[in-house]
Amino acid sequence: MNRLPTWADVVLVPLISVLIAFVISGLVILAIGEDPVRAMQVMVKGALGSTAGWGYTLYYATNFIFTGLAVSIAFHAGLFNIGGEGQATLGGLGVALVCLFLPWPHWSLAFAAAILAAAAFGALWAAVPAWLQAKRGSHIVITTIMFNFIAAALLNYVLVNVLRPVGSMDPASARFPRELRLPRLQEMLDAVGIPFGRSPANITLFVAILACVAVWAILWRTRLGYQIRAFGKSEKAAVYAGISPFRITMAAMLISGALAGLMAVNQVMGEAQRLLLNAVEGAGFIGIAVALMGRSHPAGVFLAALLFGFLYQGGAELALETTIPRELIVVIQALVILFTGALDNMVRMPLAALFRPRRGGA
Amino acid sequence: MDFATLLQLLDSTLRLATPLLLACLAGLYSERAGIFDIGLEGKMLAAAFTAAAVAALTGNVWLGLAAGILASAGMAAIHALASITFRGNQLISGVAINFLAAGMTVLVGQNLFALGGRTPQLAGGGRFAPITLPGAEALSAVPLLGPLYAEVISGHTILVYIALAAVPLTWWLLYRTRFGLRLRAVGENPAAVDTAGVSVVGLRFVAVLICGVLCGIAGAYLATALSAGFVKDMTAGRGFIALAALIFAKWRPVQALGACLLFGFLETVAIRYQNVDLGGVVVPVQVMQALPYILTVVILAGFVGKAIPPRAGGEPYVKER
Repeated sequence: MNRLPTWADVVLVPLISVLIAFVISGLVILAIGEDPVRAMQVMVKGALGSTAGWGYTLYYATNFIFTGLAVSIAFHAGLFNIGGEGQATLGGLGVALVCLFLPWPHWSLAFAAAILAAAAFGALWAAVPAWLQAKRGSHIVITTIMFNFIAAALLNYVLVNVLRPVGSMDPASARFPRELRLPRLQEMLDAVGIPFGRSPANITLFVAILACVAVWAILWRTRLGYQIRAFGKSEKAAVYAGISPFRITMAAMLISGALAGLMAVNQVMGEAQRLLLNAVEGAGFIGIAVALMGRSHPAGVFLAALLFGFLYQGGAELALETTIPRELIVVIQALVILFTGALDNMVRMPLAALFRPRRGGA
Repeated sequence: MDFATLLQLLDSTLRLATPLLLACLAGLYSERAGIFDIGLEGKMLAAAFTAAAVAALTGNVWLGLAAGILASAGMAAIHALASITFRGNQLISGVAINFLAAGMTVLVGQNLFALGGRTPQLAGGGRFAPITLPGAEALSAVPLLGPLYAEVISGHTILVYIALAAVPLTWWLLYRTRFGLRLRAVGENPAAVDTAGVSVVGLRFVAVLICGVLCGIAGAYLATALSAGFVKDMTAGRGFIALAALIFAKWRPVQALGACLLFGFLETVAIRYQNVDLGGVVVPVQVMQALPYILTVVILAGFVGKAIPPRAGGEPYVKER
């Protein structure tokens, strides 16, 4: 395979892939008889035209940073963790248990405990497929898919039979105590005199940014990160270098599951204030698109998560203002996954051909 | 439980197992040829919508079936292009196809019918009608076997019988024809097939397209035979249960029938009884729903007979230069 210059590999290939995905999305909008330019305007205005819109964009982006990082770190170890959805579901259960059943004097203590619980529950749900992959050779993609469904059934059972308040028909837990409400972005900015619209964006956003830095540090500044990347590049070489496949598979998947679980802190504690049946809302899967687009680098994941946050909020506005349903973003998400992931070589091959003569002449 | 209830359960099992069986056999062709397919769900969904939409617009269910198969085969072609021609990641391509179908069906459905992603209710020629097999009336008086034939075997739509016929047909194709031998070989050792002068790319394309056609029938069955129209996300994870059944059956056609009937039965029980009382121990409905997935994980873990996938599965084939 022809090698591309690094800048082309890191910037040009994903950019072109995303561009193709968006052009096709535009064609889809045209095909259903709507105006893609107007659709874009509605989305930009809805997501970025007001501080509230920005708040929602950042709120969604927070979810996608966590799930995107989760997929990324597994990718670095050569593992495809498709189970972010289930791990986040379990993370939500952890958050709810901490908030409902333990008395907390202050929200900050509950917040710290919820973070730990979400990470632990998410990691636990990733641990079984990881162990099965490492010890029994069961394909992790299939087992994590199966664990998504098992998690959904488990949550359904717990909500209907255990956590549902007496007399309620809703499959949802009771509300968390009011004093456990996380500080919203709006309140924090108001405190320093910046007016900001109402949105569910909350303090978890900063945890997500910290997580980006932490994942970067783990991957490129620690021995474990080096081993994870070496293992992902070539299992044979890694084993030859004395790296234990079992240890790396477990470590990468535990971190991955913990990150996916953290997503629930933002949604369950930051927004809904109770555990709902479908708390994750597909964010686990969007993490795949985010990781692919961000080339599994925390900085790329951050930017891709912002883009998907924009799409999510813009898509909601689009459904309100036009006849284009919300599912448009699912199509865009599919096309991004298709072109940045599966059809990567379609962009790469012609580009490599384009770069070859110039490099040969130099 | 009386005999009549048992017959009803078995009848429902067969109806619910049919889409699983078609999708499972679809996956079997693809995966036996070395192309992983986690996009069964998406292909079924696309076919279900297209079949229902065309049947609703034309009033002809056969046109619906044809359109459903075309839609599913189109999705399969994308998967083939990504994973065979461009040697992309087959799993990622499958994920993309699932989302593409989930989004496009609602987008186009809303545009065509403005019913929130649904299609109009199908009636008359827009649906597959049940077929009474010859002698079902006459034989129903025969004790035990008569009602079994009349209630369980007879009275399904043509697609159920097509699905059942596809099992021995697949077995014959796979184990008794030259094409089948090559198909299995290309999933185990593509280099050997290539050395023998047979096109790896060609074989894999054919396999993936067969997979598309079968998923198309499965989807059309869901929307035009099992239900009377398309509802958003109506496959509801059936593509993944079919995948589970495929692993459960260790990629073999006859065992696939058994696995699909088992999972169809579990679904029947979960729908009919909310919680099952097994002599004092109450099994909640959620356990029933999760059981196919749990069983698959157990099988994958190799605690009860290890499931080993085709050796070259998931690996793009690069011809040596």
